[in-house]
Amino acid sequence: MKIKGKVHKFGDNINTDEIIPARYLNTSDPAELAKHCMEDADPRFVRKVEEKDVIVAGENFGCGSSREHAPIAIKAAGVSCVIAKSFARIFYRNAINIGLPVFTSAEAAEILKKKDQVEVNVTKGEISKARRRTVYKAEVFPRFIKEIIRSGGLMEYAKDKGIKRTAKKKAGRVKKKKK
Amino acid sequence: MGYTITEKILLAHVPGLKEIAPGDFIMAKVDLCLGNDITSPIAIKEFRELGRKKVFNHKRVVLVPDHFLPAKDMKSANQAKILKEFAEEFGITNYFELGEMGIEHALLPERGLIMPGDLMIGADSHTCTHGALGAFAAGVGSTDLAYAMAFGECWLKVPETIQLRFTGKPRKWVGGKDLILHAISDLGVSGALYKAIEFTGDTIGMLPMDDRLTMCNMVIEAGAKNGIIAPDKTTEKYVKGAIRKYKPPRKSYKLVESDEDAVYADIREYNVSKLEPIVAAPHLPSNGRPVSEFKNVKIDQAVIGSCTNGRIGDLKQAAAVLKNKKVNPGTRLIVIPATQAIYLEAVEAGYAETFVRAGGVFCTPSCGPCLGGHMGVLSEGEVAVSTTNRNFVGRMGHPKSYVYLANPAIAAASAIKGVITHPSNL
Repeated sequence: MKIKGKVHKFGDNINTDEIIPARYLNTSDPAELAKHCMEDADPRFVRKVEEKDVIVAGENFGCGSSREHAPIAIKAAGVSCVIAKSFARIFYRNAINIGLPVFTSAEAAEILKKKDQVEVNVTKGEISKARRRTVYKAEVFPRFIKEIIRSGGLMEYAKDKGIKRTAKKKAGRVKKKKK
Repeated sequence: MGYTITEKILLAHVPGLKEIAPGDFIMAKVDLCLGNDITSPIAIKEFRELGRKKVFNHKRVVLVPDHFLPAKDMKSANQAKILKEFAEEFGITNYFELGEMGIEHALLPERGLIMPGDLMIGADSHTCTHGALGAFAAGVGSTDLAYAMAFGECWLKVPETIQLRFTGKPRKWVGGKDLILHAISDLGVSGALYKAIEFTGDTIGMLPMDDRLTMCNMVIEAGAKNGIIAPDKTTEKYVKGAIRKYKPPRKSYKLVESDEDAVYADIREYNVSKLEPIVAAPHLPSNGRPVSEFKNVKIDQAVIGSCTNGRIGDLKQAAAVLKNKKVNPGTRLIVIPATQAIYLEAVEAGYAETFVRAGGVFCTPSCGPCLGGHMGVLSEGEVAVSTTNRNFVGRMGHPKSYVYLANPAIAAASAIKGVITHPSNL
């Protein structure tokens, strides 16, 4: 899978209060949250962002609260993926769990500038500027995380798992009857 | 090779697993999972989409609507209702309605719902608080909570551990808050990213449970996954007291400690015998400096409360400073006990009267203004000194408002003077 989009650049320690301020947390509606995405970091972000655009940030992106509203708001605003030097851990797992691709690459985060066109190979974790040859490799996901991503998020993974569980149980019952 | 307390607890929660190492991905059994009125509605929606008839264990799911209750507006009321209806439908016994409700990270230890040796996840970043009891407790998101409610499991990456060793007897007016602000300022806001922080040293042994909870509460502000303190006599006394008083469903616990040859990613030592109270300036919790360095910082509001510093020991300290004093005219003092039990104790001990006579307000338990929710949100240009945990841009209200983090005694003294002040300068 390949992503192509325009870069929106942010600095270090962008926290979840900036990504989606608590004054909007009285709802969990993605469309509603998307209207206020990144509001306290850049009030004009929502007007500028276009479908498939990419957020590029510095260290510790998404620090602070555990609110899943943060990656939800980013995803619902049309952002296709986030590239950062590093991610805060709860934001990172939340993004994986809801199927928002996130890439850790200090090099790419440094080199990519505002309004650059960027191409990302999601499966390979390869990042490059449009029409440029240099490829930046993002940190590789461990196999376990890849499985969640392949399912499209943790709940999809759970649904696969749930179906398997039920199938096993049923199989067990059939066996007993045969006895 | 030995294990740290964090590694031991994680290992004990993966059936059949023989060994464990930092960096491993595990699917661990959870003893308890927690959600609040902001994070649970998303988790409940996702849980319902799975179409399961039951939660993994109706006594081990805890739902606490502590962020926006008493409902600050209609949307918040709707969010809280989702929790209540879900709790009724699935027979969740640990749902806390207003009247019993308190801030989740004060309420659970108080009620004996979290035990030493437990593995707990919570859809709230300050879930790390519970590590003060010698448990593994980590903040996760709503989807993780949905998964845990369904399967009683959570995926985790085994963290490396940083040991922070505190030595020396802290001075008067220096407590857990100052120790942790000092450590965060040393580590930086991402200095412990993905790692466990284990607090050790003779200072920790001297600290009451309230201060230990404050310290573990703020490890997330250095990016840590969990904070943990090996259980000792203070821990056991606290846990036994909670069991006696509230008769929780589980009464057994396991005292786990790190092996002598456990491996740490880093060990840092802090001698705190000469440490001053620490104040963290806007807009990062790592901007901590001794209080004496803050000259003429005028404040509009002082907040004493939250999962960080809303416990009885905190209110006692604030009351000691405010006794027979008056809040500076034009400065607002907002005191928020973390739970109903703390509220009642503060009333009975006369602390509530002290706050009100001083010209402060004494509110119902809630996360309140800590996250800019309600009961003290800041306007443009306003400045607050607060015992809460974060001073990010816009955290307590307007993106152009300013929060200084401090301990309860500093917040109380600052309310009296109208500028950031050490209690001994009153």
